[in-house]
Amino acid sequence: MNLTLKIWRQTDAVDKGKIHTYEVAGISQDMSFLEMLDVLNEQLNELGEEPIAFDSDCREGICGMCSLMINGEPHGPEVTTTCQLHMRSFNDGDTITIEPWRSGAFPVVKDLVVDRSAFDRIIQSGGYISANTGSAPEANSVPVPRDNAVRAFNVATCIGCGACVAACPNGSASLFLGAKITHLGELPQGQPERWSRVVDMTAQHDYEGFGGCTNIGECAAACPKEIPLDVISQLNRDLRTAMKHGH
Amino acid sequence: MTDMPDTTLTSDHSHDEPSAGAYDDASGYYTLGEPIADTKAPAGDIADRWQTRKFEARLVNPANRRKLSIIIVGTGLAGGAAAATLGEAGYNVKSFCYQDSPRRAHSIAAQGGINAAKNYKEDGDSTHRLFYDTVKGGDYRSRESNVYRLAEVSTNIIDQCVAQGVPFAREYGGLLDNRSFGGVQVSRTFYARGQTGQQLLIGAYQAMERQVKLGTVTEYTRHEMLEVIVADGQARGIIARDMVTGAIETHLADVVVLASGGYGNVFYLSTNAMGSNVTAAWRAHRKGAYMANPCYTQIHPTCIPVSGDHQSKLTLMSESLRNDGRIWVPKKAEDCAKDPRDIPEEDRDYYLERIYPSFGNLVPRDIASRQAKNMCDEGRGVGPMVGDFRRGVYLDFKDAIARLGKDAIEEKYDNLLDMYERITGENPYEVPMRIYPAVHYVMGGLWVDYDLQSSIKGLFVTGEANFSDHGANRLGASALMQGLADGYFVLPHTIRDYLSDGPFEEIGEDHPAVTEARADVEARIEKFLSINGSRSVDSFHRELGHIMWEYCGMERTAEGLRKAIDMIRELKREFWSDLKVLGTADSLNQSLEKAGRVADFIELGELMCIDALNRRESCGGHFRGESQTEDGEALRHDDEFAYVAAWEWGGDAASNDMGTPILHKEDLVYTAIEMKQRSYK
Ligand SMILES: Cc1cc2nc3c(=O)[nH]c(=O)nc-3n(C[C@H](O)[C@H](O)[C@H](O)COP(=O)(O)OP(=O)(O)OC[C@H]3O[C@@H](n4cnc5c(N)ncnc54)[C@H](O)[C@@H]3O)c2cc1C
Ligand code: SF4
Ligand code: FES
Repeated sequence: MNLTLKIWRQTDAVDKGKIHTYEVAGISQDMSFLEMLDVLNEQLNELGEEPIAFDSDCREGICGMCSLMINGEPHGPEVTTTCQLHMRSFNDGDTITIEPWRSGAFPVVKDLVVDRSAFDRIIQSGGYISANTGSAPEANSVPVPRDNAVRAFNVATCIGCGACVAACPNGSASLFLGAKITHLGELPQGQPERWSRVVDMTAQHDYEGFGGCTNIGECAAACPKEIPLDVISQLNRDLRTAMKHGH
Repeated sequence: MTDMPDTTLTSDHSHDEPSAGAYDDASGYYTLGEPIADTKAPAGDIADRWQTRKFEARLVNPANRRKLSIIIVGTGLAGGAAAATLGEAGYNVKSFCYQDSPRRAHSIAAQGGINAAKNYKEDGDSTHRLFYDTVKGGDYRSRESNVYRLAEVSTNIIDQCVAQGVPFAREYGGLLDNRSFGGVQVSRTFYARGQTGQQLLIGAYQAMERQVKLGTVTEYTRHEMLEVIVADGQARGIIARDMVTGAIETHLADVVVLASGGYGNVFYLSTNAMGSNVTAAWRAHRKGAYMANPCYTQIHPTCIPVSGDHQSKLTLMSESLRNDGRIWVPKKAEDCAKDPRDIPEEDRDYYLERIYPSFGNLVPRDIASRQAKNMCDEGRGVGPMVGDFRRGVYLDFKDAIARLGKDAIEEKYDNLLDMYERITGENPYEVPMRIYPAVHYVMGGLWVDYDLQSSIKGLFVTGEANFSDHGANRLGASALMQGLADGYFVLPHTIRDYLSDGPFEEIGEDHPAVTEARADVEARIEKFLSINGSRSVDSFHRELGHIMWEYCGMERTAEGLRKAIDMIRELKREFWSDLKVLGTADSLNQSLEKAGRVADFIELGELMCIDALNRRESCGGHFRGESQTEDGEALRHDDEFAYVAAWEWGGDAASNDMGTPILHKEDLVYTAIEMKQRSYK
């Protein structure tokens, strides 16, 4: 198929940036979206124009490195990551607009690449269970009810991609935050730090400049890992309880 | 084996005359150096060696630890676990990764699971059995002391991960579940649905981030290590490029750890991440670190087949699928284009079950891969034509769905089957999946002793980047085990012995070793940007990949390898004269990053071919056409090749001339296990 691509180009963090238009031809349905961009980049290199910078690594939907707003939707039209989106989701002759994540807390580095280090700092503020190496008891000494284990797993599948933030009109990272709070809060091992964790992580979230949650739900709709909205209710419940406990 | 002429034991040897009963296929391509040996594993009963070594490793006073600095390149399971643990111990750690977050290291992509000899199922598992299975699975080409230690600490890993909140699969009673995995007959693989690597890595990442907050670990993301600094015979730091600003930075420390992962991307198409590279290891190799068994590559049997030229990577379907899926091809070549659902049972050849009745679909990876290739070479492959053949075999869930129900299959494998559908557009619950082998893992890597120290003093290597535990073939679910064993439980003990002599005399940024390393890095970058030729980096990478897959892939012959070496040398000349990299050095420049990686892959590719050429035997993932049994199984030659091939860089450090690599042999001695030809029949 032949496509018209409108792509955001920005040389660095201070450049104002603007949309450039490119044409690509001979794209196969079986290509992934990023392979289509690879084709464009090969063309640009040939023509002497610097290739477009975009992030990707695993290209299997698990590392969370890829991003992209595709026609205004984070990761494009399907419930998956950009690297797992395939060109069969588009039609010959389509015009596709490609932009970076838009959020004050994720400044653009270059072209389609953004800085998501704020997520690491949120984890640093409490997104862990303190268990030094070597101090662990025998694994089966603490049984975990299967339902808790399953819920913990389901929300622990968050890949830290930031689509939830990009989708949210407030630029909130509540889905990402709620997923971690829920993952660790479902497990017996996560109980000792449960209340300090939610308070510290929320404070860091706000400090990074992510907005508040007003229950719009765009985040869960955009999440490639289908992290459910109820993690945000869990986050709010835990936060209230923590406050009551005087944290 | 129909289209494999000339591959009997005695044929095909036009180039050299065998000398004194032994072939020297690689004669002229290498020189022979002094033998080497691991000097760190204590003597005595294998079961006591690690305890002895831990006890003998000298201690570092907690008050001194803060004064000792450690650089760790890599934040996968091996590097992340080490950074967390050494940070907890109080050392001053600097951690590097090329991604924008440590959590994105390629360990994240591991699907199937992690082994541990917990024996929760009372099915006869034990440390000794895990040890035995791993040595046997590696086709008796690994170092027994290292493997035993791996098996020994495996159980601690599960305890540690559970304590961190890793949500492993559990049974209804709340206890941990596990399953059996390719190549073994006990159930010892712990898993978190099809995302085990992700969950383990997030555990290590979180533990490491906790240390970042506590100030013991400093993380440098989007930083690529481009050189190691070796001053007065000791590794003392690295040169790294800040990939955002392009700044070339010097980082000094008392010790350097490489946990930079595997180099499967030398094949261009592999299941590795786009950025996975050999640069960290290769730069160390050029500075004196030996590269061991570089040709040992694992070709994984269950990947999604290639669909076209545009393909940028291959996707693995965890081999845990082999537990419930049955592998087959049509008995008759004329059925290959048919809808598989229309092929009756009696016309299907479940070839693994047929050839290997006792292991069936669970034979080790190398065997499963080679048999898939054989079926396709015979003209019984399925799916689209790739060149002259259909390159695919069926992996069929029909019987498992009938036996266990669709829900059970969905619960076990949902994300994998979804991913398959997303990529191929076919529903695997209805139509059998198509799979084909793809490059997945490298057993080869930098040579290390029992302490995981390379042949450069003060340079330690962990995880997939070293060569130590898997011999010529790695069993499923044991790379995660090794990464975490190295990072949490081995390195922290062995590195303290080294550090107990520190802090070492400070070296300044004006030390000649530093200024030279910096100048080399800067000159190389300058060179990439100024060649101004006509070909993109990717085009060179793709071409290298074709050469490697064709001649150094699932089956290797002396003739093919010699041809490949010539082709690679020619490709290298072209690369350095016709490369085109646009953009500048002082900004984010992904083509420039790739240029450095591909330059190193080209040199590595040549060494892999030389190693493969030298090793005129078949073992594990290394199959030499000249060395097979009558029925086409791999045939080892223990009398000649029961050694680790550790290659020393023979070129000039500053130029692109590879020179002639020097081969050091480390004899493999087995005291706790008897060498046998593997049989999975
Ligand atoms: C798709 C897939 C599935 C797998 N499934 C399983 C499984 O089920 N069970 C199992 O046991 N094994 C599995 N494996 C193998 C296993 O995942 C890997 O061998 C293992 O995770 C490697 O870990 P590592 O820590 O050594 O390296 P990696 O996780 O690859 O980490 C490498 C690190 O080094 C950094 N790095 C590399 N080069 C540089 C440089 N020059 N400068 C700075 N940083 C650098 C990277 O940023 C990264 O942080 C799988 C592998 C793949 C590809
Ligand atoms: S919650 Fe979903 S959208 Fe947000 S970071 Fe995690 S995976 Fe991405
Ligand atoms: S590149 Fe890893 S999730 Fe898309």
